[in-house]
Amino acid sequence: MISYVLTVITLIALAISFTLDRKRTGRALRIGVRSLTSLAPVLLGMMGMVGLVLALIPPQLLSELFKHNGTAGFALVAVVGALITIPAPVAFPLAGSLVKLGASLSSMAAFITTLTMVGVLSAPMEIACFGKRFTLVRQSLSFVLAIAIGGLMGVFL
Amino acid sequence: MKIQVKKYRFFGLMLAVNLVLYLLDRPLAQSSARNAAGFILEVLPIIPPVMVLMGLLDVWTPRKLVEDNLGAGSGVLGAMLAVVLGTAAAGPIYAAFPVAVSLRNKGATTANIAIFLGAWATIKIPMILMESSFIGLRFALLRLAFTIPGVLCVGYLMGKMVPENTPLGDPLPGEQGEVSGSFQKPATTSLAATGSIK
Repeated sequence: MISYVLTVITLIALAISFTLDRKRTGRALRIGVRSLTSLAPVLLGMMGMVGLVLALIPPQLLSELFKHNGTAGFALVAVVGALITIPAPVAFPLAGSLVKLGASLSSMAAFITTLTMVGVLSAPMEIACFGKRFTLVRQSLSFVLAIAIGGLMGVFL
Repeated sequence: MKIQVKKYRFFGLMLAVNLVLYLLDRPLAQSSARNAAGFILEVLPIIPPVMVLMGLLDVWTPRKLVEDNLGAGSGVLGAMLAVVLGTAAAGPIYAAFPVAVSLRNKGATTANIAIFLGAWATIKIPMILMESSFIGLRFALLRLAFTIPGVLCVGYLMGKMVPENTPLGDPLPGEQGEVSGSFQKPATTSLAATGSIK
């Protein structure tokens, strides 16, 4: 359902853009294709891993972890999310599948935020661009923010 | 690029693991493949339009105008522009680093760079549709409502805690003068400075 709405919105936007500026629209399409091709392997790999993990670990066990060990589950996903950095379009389906397994929405909010904003593995790149202090402070603050967002979501959802 | 190769390596590894698993435990490998295929089918119709939307946002954002208004004294407007610029772009946070470096070289403050990176990473307007389809609309909107002020807070604190980087590139003409006095519409003043307005 959402995908139809999305496709229609995109087509309308494309049509408007095309009538305004053909060249620019072409550039937009190229950017879209480029991000799609760079995203596809990560997405495929991630889905493959999720599929594997879900097959190896019984879903009941995972949902037990999330249900009875709320805090542990929260901390676990926040830390895992902080280690790796994945693009948002990969983070959402991943979080969605964890929700189906019983993960709390507040932990998923923290998870998505650390996944996209904090990346210990991408830190060397950030240090090379902006220096150690910038990277350390930004990542720590973002981690705190992720926990705060998770906590607030828990209150409101 | 190195990142590209790494990405494919990961997918290849998953295929290899599944293949080995298939030899060891056939039903397990089958259920793993079924899970993965299910996820991929779920994602497939959503990702391409989102990517095209992001491309459109990317090319229609008046980047130059934004770039010229992120410097010292840009205040609230600068912060808002940093959010807009980050939101409108496509790609993961590490794709934002080179862009942020060029912004810094054009005189953007530490706070604005941090806000830009944060916005780029987590706030994506076309993504809201995707997030709501996988998790829920209420979740997506609520998370957005908390994330925007959160990212601004992080930027503000970054400005306090991290010393400003001296711009490496040449300062842009029109950015050296008194910027702090007028933040009503720097957009138009900048256009007036660079373009030919009578």
